[in-house]
Amino acid sequence: MIVLDHVTMQYPTGKKALDDVTFHINKGEFVFIVGSSGSGKTTLIKLLLKELTPTKGEITVEGKRYSRLKRKEIPMLRRKLGVVFQDFRLLKDRTVFENVAFAQQVIEKSMKEIRREVPAMLTMVGLADQYKQYPRELSGGEQQRVAIARAMINRPDIILADEPTGDLDPKNSEEIMTLLDEINKKGTTVVVVTHNREIVDEMKKRVIRLKKGKIISDVEEGGYRYED
Amino acid sequence: MKINTIRYSFKQGFINIRRNLLFSLASIGTIIACLFLFGVFYSVVYNMKHEVKMIEDSLTVTVFFEQGIDEQRIMEIGNEIKSISNVETINYISSDVAWKSYVDDVYNGDMNYVQNIFGEDNPLEDASSYELTLKDISKQDATVKTIKAIPNVRKVNSSDGTANSLNSINKFVGYASLGLIGILLLVSMFLISNTITIGISVRKEEIAIMKLIGAKDSFVRTPFLVEGVMIGVIGSVIPVILLYFMYDGVVDYLAKHYNVVANLIHFVSTGEIIKGVAPIALLLGVGIGFFASLLTTHKHLHV
Ligand SMILES: Nc1ncnc2c1ncn2[C@@H]1O[C@H](COP(=O)(O)OP(=O)(O)O)[C@@H](O)[C@H]1O
Ligand SMILES: [Mg+2]
Repeated sequence: MIVLDHVTMQYPTGKKALDDVTFHINKGEFVFIVGSSGSGKTTLIKLLLKELTPTKGEITVEGKRYSRLKRKEIPMLRRKLGVVFQDFRLLKDRTVFENVAFAQQVIEKSMKEIRREVPAMLTMVGLADQYKQYPRELSGGEQQRVAIARAMINRPDIILADEPTGDLDPKNSEEIMTLLDEINKKGTTVVVVTHNREIVDEMKKRVIRLKKGKIISDVEEGGYRYED
Repeated sequence: MKINTIRYSFKQGFINIRRNLLFSLASIGTIIACLFLFGVFYSVVYNMKHEVKMIEDSLTVTVFFEQGIDEQRIMEIGNEIKSISNVETINYISSDVAWKSYVDDVYNGDMNYVQNIFGEDNPLEDASSYELTLKDISKQDATVKTIKAIPNVRKVNSSDGTANSLNSINKFVGYASLGLIGILLLVSMFLISNTITIGISVRKEEIAIMKLIGAKDSFVRTPFLVEGVMIGVIGSVIPVILLYFMYDGVVDYLAKHYNVVANLIHFVSTGEIIKGVAPIALLLGVGIGFFASLLTTHKHLHV
């Protein structure tokens, strides 16, 4: 469902953030992407979101070849991808409810659908009681749950998370990972970029390791132990 | 586009205007100034045009013939004059009609008195003529020259150049105001564009998230187009209302305090002025609002 075929990304500065990267991720998989800072993880996420265009190689998601994608088709592609960031990226002037509803507004869902689906999603991430609160009134873990609810509300096929626990304490980190694991078990493909050694070791998922833009290992039920 | 989206766009458009009130007001103010000025110039030029037209309609060119030519030839001359493009109307004044109006003018229409002197003779036997009105008085000289060149035409009387000079003043005022309005329109566009740019930069994060979630370009863009158009609408309605109330006041004031002006100029009614100004002002306001935001969103949203 996600295929990178000899993908190279060189920034205009000349920096090669990804160098000839090839991998396959199947439908329903849970994959960690690990690697030290600057190894090209965020670049990889941006390529998958089609925020960036690779300088070489082809990306294919659900049969859509990115190089053939017209500008007008990008929104439809992105609706299949839910995205979660380290810094949550919630709208500060909107409540929990409004932040999640925003994702449906943006893809032009009706008020009726929004009123029906947002409360259910907030229940799923365990924030049903806090729908009226603003992001600043929530803990980091709670804010990340809102972000996950926003990413999930349009029922994407794939969740891309770029260091979702980077700003969280161990307890909250574990809860967020558990939530992502539950989402994966219901059928959504999940790709998580992370630094979190304990969690990667514990969860026994596939681990793709990047170093200086190259894949140096790709292990089923791997751990963080391959760190150099 | 869905109803929900239209509602969303309007709401966000208004929020943009409010959030960024100072710049929005500056933009609206400039458009108001620009379109109000347009209204004032329009009123002046329109009134002058109206005046020129009245003078032109009252100005005539009279064509006299050589003595002893027959009616057949007079008709031929008439046809030749009609074929000149600048001639609007042509009217044959027979010698009888001419004599009658002469008697009216000089002898207060006292036919008995006149008959005592002249008997049944018509002293203006050979004074039949054509009276013409012209489409464009400024081309009077050329037209007169053309008529004079027609064989058997003895004399052409024409009026002086009052209308002519009024016309050229009018043209000058027209062009000068067009130039000024053009500059102001550019300033308005620049200000609207700045307003929208600020609106976009304030909402940068929101827009980035919208795009990642899968918002269509049109969805991202429409609130800003609404903002631009709303600025344009407000900026064009207000000056029309101002003009509506001020025009009457100014005309009344001139009529009361400057009798000369009131007697000399026949002011056009407020309704007629507004009927001319309102659609143009609205079109200009909405047009620049729309285009300014179209260009700006194109530049900053990469849509
Ligand atoms: N917009 C950019 N322009 C130039 N170089 C960049 C840009 N973004 C990232 N890089 C560089 O590309 C490399 C990979 O960056 P990134 O993908 O952010 O790594 P990671 O997320 O693994 O820390 C780094 O060396 C970074 O400095
Ligand atoms: Mg990163």
